[in-house]
Amino acid sequence: MTFRAVCLATSAALALTVAAQAHAAGTVEVAIVGDPDTFDPMVSTKDVVSIVTQHYMETLYTFDEKWDVVPLLAADMPTISEDGLTYTIPLREGVSFHDGSAMDSADVLASLERWEKVASRGQGIADKIAGIEATSPTEITITLTEPYSPLLSLLAFSNSAAVVYPEEIIADTIDKPIGTGPYMLEAHEPDRYTQLVRFDGYTQPGEAAGERAQILDEIRFVPVPDTNTRVEGLLSGQFAYADSLSTEAFDRIEASDVAEPVLLEPFGWPIFAINHKKGLMTDLNIRKAVQAALPFDDMLFAAFGDEKFFQTDGALYPEGWAWRNDAGLDLYNINDQEKAAAYLEEAGYDGTPFRILTSRQYEFHYQMAEVARMALEMAGFTVQMDVVDWATLAQNRDNPDLWDVYITHSPFLPEPALTSSFFATAREGWDNPDKNAILDRFTSETDPEKRKEIFAELQQIIYDDVGLIKVGNFNAVQGKAKALSGVRPSPWPAFWNAEMAE
Amino acid sequence: MSRYLLRRLIGMVVVIFLVLTIAFVLVRLAPGDPASLLLGPDATPEEVVALRTRLGLDQPILMQYFSFVGNALQGDLGRSLFFNQPVTQVLASRVEPTAFLALFSLMVALVIATPIGIWAAYRRGSLLDQGSITSAMLAASVPSFLTGLIFQRYLATDLGWFPASGYGGAGASFGDRMWHLVLPSITLGITNSALILRFTRASMLDILGEDYVRTARAKGMTERRVVLRHALKNAGIPIITVIGLTFALLVSGAVVTERVFNLPGMGNLVVNAVLRRDYPVIQGTLIVVAGLYVLVNLLTDLLYLVVDKRVKY
Repeated sequence: MTFRAVCLATSAALALTVAAQAHAAGTVEVAIVGDPDTFDPMVSTKDVVSIVTQHYMETLYTFDEKWDVVPLLAADMPTISEDGLTYTIPLREGVSFHDGSAMDSADVLASLERWEKVASRGQGIADKIAGIEATSPTEITITLTEPYSPLLSLLAFSNSAAVVYPEEIIADTIDKPIGTGPYMLEAHEPDRYTQLVRFDGYTQPGEAAGERAQILDEIRFVPVPDTNTRVEGLLSGQFAYADSLSTEAFDRIEASDVAEPVLLEPFGWPIFAINHKKGLMTDLNIRKAVQAALPFDDMLFAAFGDEKFFQTDGALYPEGWAWRNDAGLDLYNINDQEKAAAYLEEAGYDGTPFRILTSRQYEFHYQMAEVARMALEMAGFTVQMDVVDWATLAQNRDNPDLWDVYITHSPFLPEPALTSSFFATAREGWDNPDKNAILDRFTSETDPEKRKEIFAELQQIIYDDVGLIKVGNFNAVQGKAKALSGVRPSPWPAFWNAEMAE
Repeated sequence: MSRYLLRRLIGMVVVIFLVLTIAFVLVRLAPGDPASLLLGPDATPEEVVALRTRLGLDQPILMQYFSFVGNALQGDLGRSLFFNQPVTQVLASRVEPTAFLALFSLMVALVIATPIGIWAAYRRGSLLDQGSITSAMLAASVPSFLTGLIFQRYLATDLGWFPASGYGGAGASFGDRMWHLVLPSITLGITNSALILRFTRASMLDILGEDYVRTARAKGMTERRVVLRHALKNAGIPIITVIGLTFALLVSGAVVTERVFNLPGMGNLVVNAVLRRDYPVIQGTLIVVAGLYVLVNLLTDLLYLVVDKRVKY
């Protein structure tokens, strides 16, 4: 009798506890790779910060599905003066901040001035901005010192973002962000979750940006650093969406009854970033030797294992993008170690170790480096693999004495000028005068067709001068619950418009 | 007794001070810069330098050390570079999952190890004895992350009996939070039961061969009374020692289990802090864990007094 009573009590307790776990209606949990260290998207270039903050902070412009710039807090596209120096931006009326105050040009002015001061992308163009002025309560005017066509893309990007805060909270650091987005930041429990709740005072943007329907009551971003734990959480139904999953998990997720994989095809490009400031790679022949020796198809296969997850493609933008062109591609994937050896001889290479700085934070970086090492050794290089943790890599790459190439990756960014590696001011220090001149023309040209032509010149010189080495394209795997709909696959998935079926 | 206690307490302070110093030096000897990590991949070197200045990381190491020690003596362990919160506040929020995980794991380990250990010793050479030794070897050999992954996949994902990870969402009740600890506790408990089982068995074997046990049997006492009242009581000191050590190990050794099950405890915190180079949090966690170790050792020694009246300090 006692045993039966214990069994009954245990069952009841379990049932109650399990019931308590069931999600509240209209709430989804999203597994992300780590905790955002800031909720101010102006001061961070991390994707994890962008993914979370884009729900409550908004910019004047944003990107649509085709990655075209469209108005968000702006009422329309700007009026640009004939000389390309003055951008007059009309602002939407009736937009409320989460604290109930109305947005006007004073808020935009204060925010953009802060962006120039604290955001790395804002600082990058501060010298090109002659002035920002609130020309009426619903209009802001930006005056440039020289024409700069990527301006609107910079104002639209969610990373190091030119978001709009109420003027009253503008300060060097903003701990409690107040925005205009469809969701509000409600709570943050470090390393447990970030809780966003619906903002009832939200006003929808124009048609171009698309509706941001607030179907969900609540979105919880749960930091889950371990990939396997994200997969198990997705498959067990705990998470409605999981970011950045391993390609090995793809088949298992595909076979699941509750979840399905989301393939971002293509997601981005692995890069061998080149040290142009010091060391071996300042010699063009050595750079050409590296370019000639590397077997990109083998490296991609070693890194991703299945052609479902990569494309051996040397163009800086993949098929379907406006920036796509074939310039310089005869120098991609040469995989000729004898040719590389000839370049080494020409350079008078003396066996100085060629240092590859990499980490196992992203296993595919390391796997590509291993294949590269073998090919380079076959060509006659003495290769030194410096495999460190990510924190060390992040520090060492800022010291040009410590590496010749380091391995990184980037998603395909909607505007080429957002890729910092092209610029001489980046840590790689690629300061080729011809390339700089091309870049200057590219950033000052406003005609889209002419910009495409100039970008082809840029791609050509990247190959000719070996400014950086693109390994190929790779796809990213995310996962979603089958019951979840309305989420557009993106490196920065957004959950307005998302809904969970019963 | 009071002199003994005083001596131990002074020893405790010395140990914690040494740990504090070693932790400070070690984290700064390791390469990696918190400012670079905080700012993200596209930050400029100038921004990194500015942030290092703001965080005080550009100060000479000795100045940083004296400032750290001075503040620590006043109970201020600094601010987390990552969370921008006082370290004490960050640590306080991680105590609950780790403490309960350690406690439940210990309970699981004791429930498994003690009866089997006693029984294996009592039936020395039997199939159960052999089986228990093999199981203990197996439990000790299989790393907890593997056990955790297996449990997570089959018991949580496939069967849906337990939550796969986490510690409950926003506003989770105490019961819900504890429910999230069941699978991690079993995982950690099984791994740590091996040591207790082997100590219990060995200790009981020694005692069961003693003259007074034979005498008790000769006097006609029941086997149950002989084993549980006489033998177990006298085998207690080594068993308590190993339980004390296991508890301290559980607190500090929960790192892997917390990682696999994504529990927001001190283990997970210290791993993340190392990856983020969050120096104040690494230092703070090490001080707390070292303090706990010393405290558990002291409590274990004091427990001897209760178990065996012959022990005097």
